[in-house]
Amino acid sequence: MLNGTEDEEKWLAEGIAGIQHNAFYMHRALDSNNLREALKYSAQMLSELRTSKLSPHKYYELYMRAFDELKRLELFFKDDSKHGVSVVDLYELVQHAGNILPRLYLLCTVGSIYIKSKEAPAKEVLKDLVEMCRGVQHPIRGLFLRSYLAQISRDKLPDIGSEYEGDADTVMDAVDFVLQNFTEMNKLWVRMQHQGPGGVREKREKERSELQDLVGKNLHVLSQIEGVDLEMYKETVLPRVLEQVVNCKDDLAQYYLMDCIIQVFPDEYHLQTLETLLGACPQLQPTVDVKTVLSRLMDRLSNYAASSADVLPEFLQVEAFSKLSNAIGKVIEAQLDMPAVGAITLYVSLLTFTLRVHPDRLDHVDQVLGACVKKLSNIPKLEDSRAMKQVVALLSAPLEKYNDIVTALTLSNYPRVMDHLDIGTNKLMAMVIIQSIMKNNSCISTADKVEVLFELIKGLIKDIDGADVDELDEEDFKEEQNSVARLIHMLYNDEPEEMLKIICIVRKHTMVGGPKRLPFTVSSLVFSALRLLRQLQGQEGDIVGEEASMTPNKNFQLLTQAANGCDIEHVAYEFFTQAFVLYEEEIADSKAQVTAIHLIIGTLQRMNVFGVENRDTLTHKATGYSARLLKKADQCRAVYACSHLFWVDDQDGIKDGERVLLCLKRALRIANAAQQMANVARGSGGPVSLFVEILNKYIYFFEKGNKQITSSAIQGLIELINTEMQSDSTNPDSVADAFLASTLRYIQFQKQKGGVMGEKFESIKL
Amino acid sequence: MNYLVGAFKPPCNIFISFTDGRSRKQVPLKKENGKTVMVALFQSQENIVGEVVVIEPIHGKKVEHNGVKIELLGQIELYFDRGNFYDFTSLVRELDVPGELYERKTYPFEFSTVEMPYESYNGVNVRLRYILKVTISRNYVSNIVEYQDFVVRNYTPPPSINNSIKMEVGIEDCLHIEFEYSKSKYHLKDVIIGKIYFLLVRIKLKNMELEIRRRESTGSGPNTYVETETLAKFELMDGAPVRGESIPIRLFLSPYELTPTYRNINNKFSVKYYLNLVLVDEEDRRYFKQQEITMYRNLEAS
Repeated sequence: MLNGTEDEEKWLAEGIAGIQHNAFYMHRALDSNNLREALKYSAQMLSELRTSKLSPHKYYELYMRAFDELKRLELFFKDDSKHGVSVVDLYELVQHAGNILPRLYLLCTVGSIYIKSKEAPAKEVLKDLVEMCRGVQHPIRGLFLRSYLAQISRDKLPDIGSEYEGDADTVMDAVDFVLQNFTEMNKLWVRMQHQGPGGVREKREKERSELQDLVGKNLHVLSQIEGVDLEMYKETVLPRVLEQVVNCKDDLAQYYLMDCIIQVFPDEYHLQTLETLLGACPQLQPTVDVKTVLSRLMDRLSNYAASSADVLPEFLQVEAFSKLSNAIGKVIEAQLDMPAVGAITLYVSLLTFTLRVHPDRLDHVDQVLGACVKKLSNIPKLEDSRAMKQVVALLSAPLEKYNDIVTALTLSNYPRVMDHLDIGTNKLMAMVIIQSIMKNNSCISTADKVEVLFELIKGLIKDIDGADVDELDEEDFKEEQNSVARLIHMLYNDEPEEMLKIICIVRKHTMVGGPKRLPFTVSSLVFSALRLLRQLQGQEGDIVGEEASMTPNKNFQLLTQAANGCDIEHVAYEFFTQAFVLYEEEIADSKAQVTAIHLIIGTLQRMNVFGVENRDTLTHKATGYSARLLKKADQCRAVYACSHLFWVDDQDGIKDGERVLLCLKRALRIANAAQQMANVARGSGGPVSLFVEILNKYIYFFEKGNKQITSSAIQGLIELINTEMQSDSTNPDSVADAFLASTLRYIQFQKQKGGVMGEKFESIKL
Repeated sequence: MNYLVGAFKPPCNIFISFTDGRSRKQVPLKKENGKTVMVALFQSQENIVGEVVVIEPIHGKKVEHNGVKIELLGQIELYFDRGNFYDFTSLVRELDVPGELYERKTYPFEFSTVEMPYESYNGVNVRLRYILKVTISRNYVSNIVEYQDFVVRNYTPPPSINNSIKMEVGIEDCLHIEFEYSKSKYHLKDVIIGKIYFLLVRIKLKNMELEIRRRESTGSGPNTYVETETLAKFELMDGAPVRGESIPIRLFLSPYELTPTYRNINNKFSVKYYLNLVLVDEEDRRYFKQQEITMYRNLEAS
C-alpha cells in the first residue's frame, strides 16, 4: 500500500513522463516545421496538466516543466517562415483543440505573439484571453493557467510608454485586464477552500497559502504599470481591488491581499487613499488578522515619514493620525473577541506611527495611551505574556523616541497604562524607564516630574500587594535597586530650593521601601543631599542668612532620618559628624546657628539607631555647641532643649533623668547669668521668660515621671520667678507675665484633675 | 488465353472529361471502396460541358452498337434498400447513332443550366450522388458503360433572419443555467459564439462540453431509420463553477466535416444538426440540452 505522499510522487512522475514523451515528439515536429504535429503533441503534452491528483506544490513542478516547453513552442510560433501560417490564423487554429486546458494554454502562447506582431491592438487580445480563461473553473488548474496568462502578458500591457500603447484609455485597458485576471484568480483561490474532497482544513489552508503568490503577483503587476498614477489608483485601482477583497469573504485571502496591497503600492498612494483603505478594514471577516494588516500599514507609513521630512506635510494634510486612530477604534470595537495582545499591538503601531510622523504632538501619544487604557480596563487581568510584551513596547516607544523621560512624564495616561501591568512586567518597565534615563543622561529637574517618575517606578520602590516575595531573584533585585540608586543621581536642579523639594519627594518614596531596599537607595539620597550642600558652600556670599542655613540643616534632618530608617548607624553617625563640621565651619551667622542647632538637636532626639557610645559623643557635642552660642538667651534655650536628648518619650527610649536635670540646671545657670548681665548692662531685669520656659521643661519632665525632677525643685523655681518678677517691677514684661500665669494655671488644672497626676502636683504650692 | 482475357475486358475504353476540368475546383469524394478521389465540383444551374473519348477497340476489332448516349443522373441510394436507386434527375444526350466503332472517337457534350437542387451527400445510411453515365448500347451483349462522378454543392445567401438561441434550463433546486448561442443559423466555416450562465449550482460539476451532432433520418413512416453521429466534442469548461459564473463559448466549425442542413430531400432523407450542451458531474452523470441549428453553405466563406 502506498500512502498519500508516495502516491503523489508516483502521479507526478507519471505526469512528468507524459510531458517529456509528448515534448519529444513536439520537438521533432518543430524541427521539421510541421505545425500540425506540433499542435497535436503540444496539446497532448499540456493535457498532463489536466490532472486533479496533485497538490499545488507538485502541480507547480509539473506546470514548470510544461512552461519551459511552451517557451520553445512560442519561439516556433513566432517564426512564421517556419510554419507559414499567419498569426491570426494561428490564433484560430489553436482554438480547435478539443480540451479546454491545452487549448487555452496554446491560445495564451499564440496570444502573446499576436500582441507582439501588433496585428491587433494589445487590449483586444488581452481582453479575449482573460475572458476565454473563464472556461477553467477548477481552482488549481485555473490559477496556474491565469498565472501563465499573467506571466506572458506582463511585458505586453498597453501601458503608457510601452510599445503596445493604445488609444487614450490605454492605461485603463491595461488596468482592466490585470484587475480582471486578479479578480478571477482570487475567486478561484477562495473557492479552493470550499471545493474538493472534505479534507483537513489545515491542509487545505496550507495548500492555499502555497498558491497565494500567484494571486498576489497580479497586484504586483498593477503596481508596476507606469500609467497608474495617484488619480487612477484612487479612483479605479484601489476601489476595485478592495471590492474584490471585501466581497470574497474569505479570511485567508483578505488577510493576504490587504497585506499585499500595503506592500506593493507606493507609500504616498496609501497616504492619499488612507480613508478608502481603512474603510475596508471593518468590512473584513471577523477572523481576519486586521491588526497585523494595520500594523504593517502603519509601519510602512512610519518608515515613509521617517524617510524624508518633505513628506510630513502630506501626513498632516490628510489627517493620517486621526484616520488611523478612528480605524483602529472601529476595528477593535467590531472585533470583540480580539485578544488583548491584538489590540495592544495595534496601539503600539499607531504610537510608533504618530511618534515618527508627529513627534511634536504629545497629545496624540497621550490619546493613544488613553485608548489603550480604555481597552485594558475592560480586561480584568492581563495575563497573556505576549500582551504584556506589547504593553511594554507601547510604553517604551515614547521613551525611545524622545530620548527623554521628561516628555513621557507629561503624558497623563502613561502611569495609567503601567497600572495594568503585572508586577513583574511593571518592574521590567520601570527598569526600561530608568535605563532610558541613564542612557540619555536626561536630568529630571522639577519636583512634580520626580513625583510622577516615582509613581511610575513604584514597582521597584516598594513591595506591592500580592507580590510573591519568595520568587525574587536576589541578583535581579540587586540590579533593580542599584538602578534606582543610580536614578536618584539623575534628579537634579540648580536651584537649591527645588532640589530640596526633589530630595524630599525622593525620601518620601524611598522610605516606604522597607529594610531590603533602603541600603541601596539611601546612600544615593545621602550623596545627592551632600552634593546640594557642597553646592551651597560654593555659593557663599550669594545665599546668606537664615534661609541658607536652614536649607542644609533641613537636609541633614531628613537625611539622618533616612539613615535612621535604614538602621545604618555608621552612615547616620558620619552624617552627623558632617553636620557638625558644617555647623562649625560654615554657619557663621548667629541666628542661623541658633536655628541650626535646634534642628540638630531635634533630629538627634529622634534618632534611635545609635549605640550608647556614639550617641553620647553626639549629644555631648550638641550640648557643647548649644552652650557656646552667642547670646545667653540662645544658649539657655539650646541647652534646655538638649535635655530632651536624654529623655525620649518612647517605649524603650533613653530615660536618663539625671542628665536631664543637669541640663536644666545648666540652663538655669545660664538664665541667671543672662539676668545678671542684663542687670549690669541696663540696670534692669533680664528676660524672666527664660525662667518660665525652664519651668515649663521642669513640669514636662515632672509629668513624664523623671524622678530627678521633684516637686520641691518646681516649687523653688516658681518662687524664684516670683522674686524676679517683683524685683523687676520697674520693667514689667507682659508677655512673661501671661506666660507665667498660664503655666501656673496649668499646674492648678492638673491639681484639680485629681488621679495620679493630681496627687503628683498636690505637693506644689502656688 | 489472350482471347479469353480479351473476352472479359470491355472491348473499348471510355474517358469522360470536362472542358473546364483544369480550372474547375476539385473536391475529395469518398468512393464505395473507401478510396478518396478528387472530382469536379459544380453547383446548380451550371452548364456541364465536356467530351467523351472512346478509345478504339484493341486488336482492331470493330464494335457494333445501337447508339452512344450520355446521361446526367442525380441518384439517392438508401443502404438498407440496396440496389435501388432513385433518380431524381435524369438528362440524356444522344452522342451517336447506331453504327460501328473502329477508331478513337470524341463526342462533345453539353448540359446547359442543369437543375441540381440537392447537394451530393455521403451519409451513414444514404448517399446522394451525381454521375455522368456514358452507355454504348449493343445487341445481344452487355452494354459498355462508364461513369464519372462529380460533386454538387449549392450556396445560399446568409439568412435574413438569424435569431440567437437563448434558453434557461435546469433541474429544480439543483442546477439552473442559461445559455445563449449568438445565432441559430451557421455557415459551415462559422464560429459558434455564446455563453453559459450559471444561475444555480448545487451539484458538483466536473466539466462541460459542447457536442455537434448530426441526425440523419432516412425512409419514411414505419421504415424510418435515424442515425445520430457526434461530430465534435468540445470541452467548454473544466472544473466546477459557482453561482453567477459565466463561461464563454467559442467553437470554430471549420475543422469539422459538416454539410448544410437537408430537410426532406426528395422525401427520402433529412440531415439535421444539433448543438448538445453536456454537463458532467463528479459521478459522471450527464445533464444535457440539445438545440437544433441550421447549417448552410455560404459562398464567401468556402
